[in-house]
Amino acid sequence: MGLFDGVAGFGVTFSTMFRKVVTEDYPRVKKVTAPRYHGRHQLNRHPDGLEKCVGCELCAWACPADAIYVEGGDNTDEERYSPGERYGAIYQINYLRCIGCGLCIEACPTRSLTMTNEYELADDDRQDLIYDKERLLAPLLPGMEQPPHPMRLGTDEQDYYVQGPEMARRSDVQDAVREEIPMVPPREPAPQDGVSTEAVEQSSVMSTGEKR
Amino acid sequence: MTQAPEKPSEQDDLPPVPEGHVRLTIDDRIVDAPQGELLIRTCERLGIVVPRFCDHPLLDPAGACRQCLVEVEMGGRKMPKPQASCTMTVAQDMVVNTQMTSAVADKAQQGVMELLLINHPLDCPVCDKGGECPLQNQAMSSGRAESRFVEEKRTFAKPLPISSEVLLDRERCVLCQRCTRFSRQIAGDQFIELLERGAHQQIGTEETAFGEGEDFQSYFSGNTIQICPVGALTSASYRFRSRPFDLVSTPGVSEHDSSGAAVRRDWRRGAVTRVLAGDDPEVNEEWIDDKTRFAFRYTQSAQRITRPMIRGEDGSLVETSWTEALERAAGLLTAARDGEGPAPVDTDGEALEPKRGVGVLPGGRLTLEDAYAYAKFARLALRTNDVDARARVHSGEELDFLAAHVAGTGLGVTYGDLEEAPAVLTVALEVEEEAPIVFLRLRKAARTGTAVHHLGQWSSPAVVKTGGRLVRCAPGREVEALATLPDPVADGLAQPGAVVLVGERAAEVPGLYAAVSELVARTGARVAWVPRRAGERGAVDTGLVPTLLPGGRAVDDETARAALASSWGVADLPATPGRDTAAILRAAADGELAGLVVGGVEIADLPDPDLARAALGAADVVVSLELARSEVTEYADVVLPVAPVINKAGTFRNWEGRDRRFGTTIDPSGGSAGRVGGTAATTLPDCRVLDTLAVEMDVDLFTQTPEVAGTELARLGTGRPATVGPVRGPEHPDQPETTDEEGTELRLASWRQLLDGGALLADEPDLAGTARPPRIRLSATTARRLGFAEDDPAEVEGPRGSLILPVEVADLPDDVVWAPARVPGTDGTTVVTLAGLGLGHGGPVRLGGGSPMSDGSPS
Ligand code: SF4
Ligand code: SF4
Ligand code: SF4
Ligand code: FES
Repeated sequence: MGLFDGVAGFGVTFSTMFRKVVTEDYPRVKKVTAPRYHGRHQLNRHPDGLEKCVGCELCAWACPADAIYVEGGDNTDEERYSPGERYGAIYQINYLRCIGCGLCIEACPTRSLTMTNEYELADDDRQDLIYDKERLLAPLLPGMEQPPHPMRLGTDEQDYYVQGPEMARRSDVQDAVREEIPMVPPREPAPQDGVSTEAVEQSSVMSTGEKR
Repeated sequence: MTQAPEKPSEQDDLPPVPEGHVRLTIDDRIVDAPQGELLIRTCERLGIVVPRFCDHPLLDPAGACRQCLVEVEMGGRKMPKPQASCTMTVAQDMVVNTQMTSAVADKAQQGVMELLLINHPLDCPVCDKGGECPLQNQAMSSGRAESRFVEEKRTFAKPLPISSEVLLDRERCVLCQRCTRFSRQIAGDQFIELLERGAHQQIGTEETAFGEGEDFQSYFSGNTIQICPVGALTSASYRFRSRPFDLVSTPGVSEHDSSGAAVRRDWRRGAVTRVLAGDDPEVNEEWIDDKTRFAFRYTQSAQRITRPMIRGEDGSLVETSWTEALERAAGLLTAARDGEGPAPVDTDGEALEPKRGVGVLPGGRLTLEDAYAYAKFARLALRTNDVDARARVHSGEELDFLAAHVAGTGLGVTYGDLEEAPAVLTVALEVEEEAPIVFLRLRKAARTGTAVHHLGQWSSPAVVKTGGRLVRCAPGREVEALATLPDPVADGLAQPGAVVLVGERAAEVPGLYAAVSELVARTGARVAWVPRRAGERGAVDTGLVPTLLPGGRAVDDETARAALASSWGVADLPATPGRDTAAILRAAADGELAGLVVGGVEIADLPDPDLARAALGAADVVVSLELARSEVTEYADVVLPVAPVINKAGTFRNWEGRDRRFGTTIDPSGGSAGRVGGTAATTLPDCRVLDTLAVEMDVDLFTQTPEVAGTELARLGTGRPATVGPVRGPEHPDQPETTDEEGTELRLASWRQLLDGGALLADEPDLAGTARPPRIRLSATTARRLGFAEDDPAEVEGPRGSLILPVEVADLPDDVVWAPARVPGTDGTTVVTLAGLGLGHGGPVRLGGGSPMSDGSPS
C-alpha cells in the first residue's frame, strides 16, 4: 500500500476542479441553444400577415405523441385568414405530450409550422400547457397586417406559394424570417452577463425548418 | 363455380361443363364460368385482382381506362395484344394470363399506369381521396417504382364547381367515364359529358364547356363522387374536412325517405363528416340520392336541443333537469287527460265544459321502436286513440286503405319485384321527388323492358327518364282516369307480377284510395304504398293511426284489443277509434282536447297550418319531443330533447315492409365524442323518454331501450282481422266543385320536390343549391291565353295568400296550374306551402300577373 494510495482515488475529482465548470447559472443566465434546437413551435405568416397554415392536419397526423389538434375552417372573401380555401381555425399543441421530435415540421406542406429555440415550456397548470393558436402564431412584423384581411400579395394562393420567396425579397414586403436571420448571433460563446429575454425572443423567430 | 384440380393435363377427369357455362384456364387454373361473364368477374371469383378504374359491376362495360389488360390465348394462339378483361367475355378453352403469371400483362399494366400518371398532379397529401384512392393503391401495386417523366404537367383551373355540391378537379381525372356512365345509365341525368380531345380531354357540363347553360342538375350527383376512382370529383361539404383514415365508418339506414337505403356514415370527433351509399343489392344497390347523402348537419345545428326545457314564469323556455321536466310534463298531462285542468270560461265569464284528453301527433320520422313506444304511451298513459303520425294530407279513406293493404302485411312488393314486373303504375306518386330510390329501380326496370306508367299531369323528369309513359289527367280527376285506363295500361296491369305504387298524396283526391283498391282487385296487380317519410310505414304497423293498434290490429276488433290488453298487462284499451290529425287539431282549437303531445312535426307540413297554430295556442298543455327548436317548441310547456338517428339504434320499416335495422353511429356517452368547439350531447331515444315520462304517470311501457321495445313489438306479432272492410270512398264521388271566379277555372296540381327546405335539410347550403328551382307550370295554350311567356313571374293566389314564381311551359292538360307544394323562403328559414295558402291538389286556383295583352308566345 503506497503513500498516495489514499488520495489516488481523488484524481478525477482534483483534475475536474481545474476544468471549466459545466454548471449552468440558469435562470439567471439563459443558455443559447444550438440554432436548430427543437423548441416551442411557431405558426408562421406570409409577408402580408396572412397565416400560412391551411388546416390540413398533416402535422397532427405526423405527431407520434398525438400532441397536435387541428380543426380547419373555410376562408371566405369577407373573412380571410390564409390564402386559398382553408385555414387552421383551431390549432392546439399540447406541450405535456410533445416530445420535440420535429416530425410535424417535416410534414407541414406550407412551412407554416416551424420550431423556435424557446425551451421554457414549464408551468404549474396543465391547462396552460396546451398552447392554442394565439400563443403559437408568429408575431406581426412591420408591414404585416392582422388577419382577417384580403390577399395583398396576389390574386390566389399560387402567387403566395410560387412567388413567395421572390416577393419576400422585394423591399416593400419583408419576409419575417429573412429579416430576422442575420440578427441571430453566430456561434459565439454566450456572453457572461446572460442573454436578455428580448434576445431570446428575437432568436426564437429563427426557426428550424424555415430556410430557403 | 366449380374449381378443378390445377393441372390442365388432368382435364380428362374433370366433370362435364355445366349447362350454359364455358371452361377456361386463368393463371393455370381451370374454371367454369357462365356464358357471357366478363373475364374480370371470373378473375374476381378466383381471387385474382386485376387492376381497374372504369369497370363497375353496376355500369355497362366501357373499356375506357385500359388498366385491366391481360394476356389472352384463343384456340392455342395468343392474341397479338393484351386485352381489356373488363370488356371481354369468357369463351370455351380460352387461356388467360393476368399480371400474376404473365410478364407481358404486367408490363402492359405498368405502361398504362405510367400514361395515366403523366399528367396526374402530386396532390395526394391534399386530395380528399388520398388513403382510399384506387389510383394510389394501383400505382403501388401495378405501377413503376420510378417515374420517367420530368416534364411539366398539364394543369387546369381547380376546383371547378359543376354544381354547388360537386366540385371537379380535372387534373386528377383518369377519364374512366364512370361518372358520365352513371349519370346516363343509372340516373338518366345527362348533365356531364366528356369534352375535348387528346391531353385536353376532360369531364364537363354545358356550363363549363360554353360558359353558360346547365350545370350538373341531378338528385343523384353525389354517387359520382363516390364511384370516381380518383379524387377528381369531390363534395363541397366534405372537401378538406378529413381523411379516410381519420374516420370511423358505421353502417346505417337513410332517415330521409321511406326507401330504407343502406348508408355508411363516416364520422370523427363526435360529428358526421360524410354519408356514403351502403351496398345492399336488395334495396338501394350502391346508390343513394343527394338528400340522404348530403343532409346530415342538422344534428349539429345551433337549433339543436340537448337539455330539457320548461316554460318559466316569464313565459320563456328555460333549461332544467330531466327530473323536473318529466315531473312537470307528467303532472300536466295527467291533469289534461283527466280533465282536471283549469276549466275554460266563455266570453261572458261562464264556466264551460272542462277540456279533457290529450292528442298525440308523433310525426312521420320515427323508428319502429320509437313509434311503438308512442303507440303504447297514447293507449296506456293517455288512454286514448287520438294519435296520428300523418303530418300531411290525410283522410279517413286512407285509414281504410292502410288497414286493408298495408298494416301488418309484412314484406310485400319489393324493389326486386319492381325490376321483374311487366308493368308498373304509379298513382299520386312522383317517384323521383318523393321516393328517389324507387325511381332508380323503376328506371332500371324500364331499361330492361318494364312498362312504367305514371298517373300524373305532365311529363316530369321522372316520367321522361322511366320511359315516358304518362297517363295524363286533370288534377282531381284521378279516380275517373283509373276507371278508364287506356287498354295498354290496363292490360299491362293484368299481367302476373304487375304492380301499382300509390303515394300518400292519394289522400288529396277523395275516392282515389278506393279506386286504387278497386283497380288492383279488378286487374290482379299487386299494390304497394310508398309514403315519403322514413317512419310512416312503421307508424302504420305500430298503431300510430287512430283506427289501428300495433301489428295491424283494428281498434274496433274486440278480440284483438283484448289480446293486446292482456299482452300489455292492462284490463282494457280505449275502444273507440280516435281522431285523426286534422280532428285532433280541430278539437284542441275548439277547446275539447286539453293537451297535445307533439313529436317531430313541422307545422308547415300540416294540411292546415293555421289551424295547427290555433290548436297549439289553445291547448292547455303542449309537450314537445324534439331534436331542435321549431315552431312547435315555441308553444310547448315542456320540451324534451330526443336523440337523432345517429345517436341511437333502431329500425326503419321501409315502404316494402322490410325491417332495416341499424346500430348507434355515434354514442356520445361512449367517450369517443369529445368534440372540441362543438357539442356532443347525450340525448335519449324517444322510446326511453316516453318510458320515463310514463313512469312518472304511474304507467310502465317497458320501452327503456330500442332493443327492448323492438323485442316486445316482434313478440306481439301481427293481428290483422280475418276480414278487412272495404276501402270506403266518399259517399258521392263528387266532382271537385267548380268555382267560376272571374272565369279562370284553373285547377291546381302539385306535389313536393325533394329538396324544399325541410327540417332535416338545415345547415346545408351546398345541398340547397342543387334543388330544382321552383316553377309554375302551364300548358302552352293556357300560358298563351293568360298571357305568360316562359320565365314570366306568375302569382299563385289562394284564399290565404299568394306565391310568385317564374312560369315554365310543360305538357299539362289545359287550364291546369302546377306548382311545387312547398317552396323554401329566400331567407332560408321560412317556407311557403300551398296548403298554407289554402290551396290543394285538384282544387281551384287563381293565377295573377299575366299580361294577356302581350303576345305571350311561349318559346
Ligand atoms: S401547421 Fe402545417 S401541417 Fe399543420 S395543419 Fe397547418 S398547414 Fe397543415
Ligand atoms: S386522385 Fe389519388 S393519386 Fe391522385 S392525387 Fe388524389 S389521392 Fe393522389
Ligand atoms: S371525373 Fe372521376 S369518374 Fe369521372 S371520368 Fe374522371 S376519373 Fe372517371
Ligand atoms: S377497367 Fe378495363 S378498361 Fe377500364
